[in-house]
Amino acid sequence: MDSNISKTVIRLEHIGMIYKTGAINYEALKDINLTIYKGEFFSIMGASGSGKSTLMNILGCLDQPTSGKYFLEDEDVSMLSKDRLADIRNKKIGFVFQGFNLIQRLSIIENVELPLFYAGVAHKEANIEAKKALRLVDIAESKENNFPNQISGGEQQRVAIARAIVHNASIIMADEPTGNLDSVRSNELMSFFKKINDERNVTIILVTHEPDVAAFAKKHIIVKDGRIVDN
Amino acid sequence: MKFPILLDIQSAFKTFTRNKARSFLTTLGIIIGVASVIATVSIGQGASASIQNAINALGSNLLIILPGSSNLGGVQTGFGELSTLTLQDAKAIRKLPAVKTDAANIRMNEQVIWRGNNWGTSVMGTSSTFPIIKNWPVTKGEFFDKQQDNTAANVAVIGTTVATQLFGLMNPVGHIVLIHNVPFKIIGELKAIGFNAFGQDQDDIVVIPITTMMEKIAGISWVNIIMVSAKSKKDTEIAQSQITALLRQRHHIPPHKPNDFYVRNLTQIAQTAGSSAQIFTILLAAVAAVSLLVGGIGIMNIMLVSVTERTKEIGIRMAVGAKKYDILKQFLIESSVLSLFGGVLGIGLGVGISDLISAVSPLHTILTIEPIIISIVFSVAVGVFFGFYPAYKASNLNPVEALRYE
Repeated sequence: MDSNISKTVIRLEHIGMIYKTGAINYEALKDINLTIYKGEFFSIMGASGSGKSTLMNILGCLDQPTSGKYFLEDEDVSMLSKDRLADIRNKKIGFVFQGFNLIQRLSIIENVELPLFYAGVAHKEANIEAKKALRLVDIAESKENNFPNQISGGEQQRVAIARAIVHNASIIMADEPTGNLDSVRSNELMSFFKKINDERNVTIILVTHEPDVAAFAKKHIIVKDGRIVDN
Repeated sequence: MKFPILLDIQSAFKTFTRNKARSFLTTLGIIIGVASVIATVSIGQGASASIQNAINALGSNLLIILPGSSNLGGVQTGFGELSTLTLQDAKAIRKLPAVKTDAANIRMNEQVIWRGNNWGTSVMGTSSTFPIIKNWPVTKGEFFDKQQDNTAANVAVIGTTVATQLFGLMNPVGHIVLIHNVPFKIIGELKAIGFNAFGQDQDDIVVIPITTMMEKIAGISWVNIIMVSAKSKKDTEIAQSQITALLRQRHHIPPHKPNDFYVRNLTQIAQTAGSSAQIFTILLAAVAAVSLLVGGIGIMNIMLVSVTERTKEIGIRMAVGAKKYDILKQFLIESSVLSLFGGVLGIGLGVGISDLISAVSPLHTILTIEPIIISIVFSVAVGVFFGFYPAYKASNLNPVEALRYE
C-alpha cells in the first residue's frame, strides 16, 4: 500500500476486443480503462462469459486488443510482435492457471527452471533460483525430482507459483488459481499469494468468481458484458 | 532464443523413451530405408568390383577370334565348331600394326598323371605370348619360350589347383607328368587367380606349347581360339577391323558372303556389363531412397500427432516466454534426433544384411564409408525436412488457444 503504490504498473486506455467468428463480430471488451499500481493485490471478478478471461489474456500479454492502448510499466505493448510479447511475458509476468498447467513430462524442478532457460540463464544458476523459489512455497527438496502427477493438487499449484516468481516477475496473473482445490487448500494457497505480495511487493492480479478468494485482494473490479461495472 | 540445444536433445530423448514402441515404429521406415540403401549399394559395389576384376583377368585390351558356326542342312552349330582358324592365321595377325601380340589356343580335357596321382583338367595349347596377353605371370619356374613353342617341346606350366591336386605342398617344377600318355616336364607354376565371373576355377589348368598340342595330343592343324592383345585400349577397335579384313582375305571370302570367324572385343563387353551393373545399383538405391522418403512421411505424421497431443505444453512454454524460434527448434530437434536414431539403427541393420549376403550367397559385397556418411546426413535431412511442417505448425500456435486445449 502506502508509498509503493504510487508507481503505475498497468494502464489500459479505451481497450476494446472484437472476435470475428465468421460473419458475426463479437465484442468481448468495450472501452476498458484501468490503472494498477505496483504492489497491488487486485481482483477481477465476473461471471463466465463476462469478458474477464479476455481481459486477463490481454493483461498477461497472451493476446492483443483490437483497439485502445495498453501500457505496461510505461511501455506501449498493444502493438508489439509475438516474439516481443513472449519476451515481456518471460521477464515481467508470471502465470498461475486454474488447471496448474505444469508440463507433465518434466520434473517439478525442470518446470520451475523453464522460464529461466528461455531467458538464457545458465543451467546451474537456474537450478539455484528454482530451488529458492520452491522453498518459498514450501515444496521440500525431496519432491523436486518428482513429476507433477506424483504430488497433490495444492502442491502442484504451489509449484506453479514458484514458476511464476522464479524470474522475479513484477506481476503475477492468477486465473482462478483455487478452482481445482478444496477450501482448506484454497486458503493455504491464497496465503502464499499474500506472502509474496507482502514480502516481495509483487503486483498480483487475481481473476476469480469466488467472493471468499477475492476477499484476499485489496482492490476489486467486476466485469460484466465486457465493461467494468464496479470499481 | 538461448534455450540450449543440448537440453532440447535431452528432452527429445525423454520424449522417445516415454513412447518407446511408437518411436520405434515411427523410425522403422527410416531404419528400413537406410538399411536397404546400405545393403544395395554394398551389393552394387561388390558387383562392380568383381566385374572390374573380370576385366583385369581378361588381360590387356583383349580381342578373341573364334571360328564361325556352320550351317549344314539348316542345323546351325555354335561358335568354334568349324576348323577355319589356323596357326598361320595367328601368325599373320601378329604382323598387323594395331596388334601387340597374339596367342592361339586349343583346349582339351585330359587326364594328367604323376606317379600314383591323376587329375582331370583342361589342357590348353597356346603361344609363348600367353602370360602377356592374359596378364597372368608364373610364380615358380618359368613359362615356355618361343623356341620351345616352335620345336613342339614337351614342357608344361600348371595352375595352382592342378599343382595342389597332384603334388600337394611339393614344388612341382622339374617333375615329369603324363598327359595323353605323352611325358611332359613341368617348368613353371602360374600365379593363383581364383574363380572367374562365371564361377569357373581358372587355376585348374595345364598350359603347353600350341605346336606340341597340335602335333602330339590333339593331332589337328586348326585352332579353337586366337587371343589378340591390341597395342592400346584405343587400338582394340582398329585391331578388330584390321583382323576382320585380314582373315577375310586369307580365307578368300567373297564380299557378299558372311565371315567364317568371329572377332569379339571382350574389354568392350566387360565395360558394358560394368556400366549396366552401375545403372542397376543406382536403380536399386533409388528404390531404397523412396522408402526413406516414405519413412520421412511417417516421421512427419507422428510429429503432427505429437504437436497436437502437446498443444497444451506448447501453450505453457509460450506463456513462460518461449518464442516461435524456441518451439520450432524444439520440434525440429525432436524429429531430427528421431530420424538420426533410425538412421543409426538402419546402418547397423544394413551392414548386418550386407555381411549376411556376403556370407551365405555367392554375391560379394563391399562396404565403403561413403554410403554410411550419406545415410547419416540424409536421415538427419529427412528429419529436418519432414519435421519442419509440424514444427512450424507448433510454433505458430496462438498461446491463448494452446493453453485452453485439453
